Amino acid sequence: MALHFELVTPEKLVRSEAVHMVVVPGAEGEFGVLEGHAPLMSTVRDGLVSIYKSEGAQPETIAIEGGFAEVNEKGLTILAERVSG
Amino acid sequence: MASLKELKGRIASVKSTQKITKAKQMVASAKLRKAQAAAEAARPYSERLERVMASLASKISISDSSPKLLAGTGKDQVHLLIVTSSDRGLCGAFNSNIVKAAKLKARELEAAGKTVLFYLVGRKGRGMIIRDYPKQIVRYFDTTALKNQGFAEAQAISAELIAMYEKGEFDVAHLFYSKFRSALLQEPIGRQIIPVAIPAGSAVASEAAVEYEPDEEEILAELLPRNVTTQIFGALLENAASEQGASMTAMDNATRNAGDLINRLTIEYNRSRQAAITTELVEIISGAEAL
Repeated sequence: MALHFELVTPEKLVRSEAVHMVVVPGAEGEFGVLEGHAPLMSTVRDGLVSIYKSEGAQPETIAIEGGFAEVNEKGLTILAERVSG
Repeated sequence: MASLKELKGRIASVKSTQKITKAKQMVASAKLRKAQAAAEAARPYSERLERVMASLASKISISDSSPKLLAGTGKDQVHLLIVTSSDRGLCGAFNSNIVKAAKLKARELEAAGKTVLFYLVGRKGRGMIIRDYPKQIVRYFDTTALKNQGFAEAQAISAELIAMYEKGEFDVAHLFYSKFRSALLQEPIGRQIIPVAIPAGSAVASEAAVEYEPDEEEILAELLPRNVTTQIFGALLENAASEQGASMTAMDNATRNAGDLINRLTIEYNRSRQAAITTELVEIISGAEAL
């Protein structure tokens, strides 16, 4: 099973795809989100989001600035103000 | 009747006007596509943010300690009207429609004994508001140097607004812009952005217990200013798309009118040319007969 991951900025929808795991730089520490994660809301500090397409794969990183992450039964949504890389 | 030379001059001038309106129409339709795509691309973000805000706000009870952006200043005296308009003309009634909506609200508020202040974004609406409310404009945000209004501008505007709000310079803020429905239809609307109006009953009752990191209040305190920025950004984008749409329609009409005018003038020109020839012939013939 895969995790539905969305990365949204005010300018556009950057990512909307199924991935294995995403590591989010939360305000109180990094956390990894896998499929079936408990509902969670967290602010995000400026940092790198690591996206693991499949188990054990090399992570793809995206730098985000100013944001907010929400995990619900549908998946993980990150709202970021700016994205680079 | 105008002389032949005059008519010729008028036809030439209408033709060159038509060239301008036609060019502007084509520019607008090209820009419209881009502006529309940008406005559409921004929607997912604001939709999600709004949903999160609604679900958070429904979980928090408003008390004295809750953020002022949510709870308000406790007063309802000074209203700030944020009026966004375009920097360029040639777009029909686009700007005056927005200004009209804002003035209507201003009169209504003044009739109720409130103080009304204006915060202007964009050049074209400025003159129209200065005429009626010369002393009530607190700030004019200049966007003329920018090619595309982006998120950075929205951030600058909202930072300024929030600073003014914290200082207690106003109690309620309304945002006026034009919503883009289609290229033919733009609708000027005004909505309250500060304090944040949470749509009642829109929150989805989530049965699952959600974990908050840090806690609800802190998240909300961070989200509220962001929500203001997002709303302003959305308004700027909608406005940009509406401007191009209005411009396209207005210029299409103008081009068509110019075409009609050219046809009419050409007929008139040919008629008077023919009349002149006839007169000349009659003169020659009657001259020859007299001999």
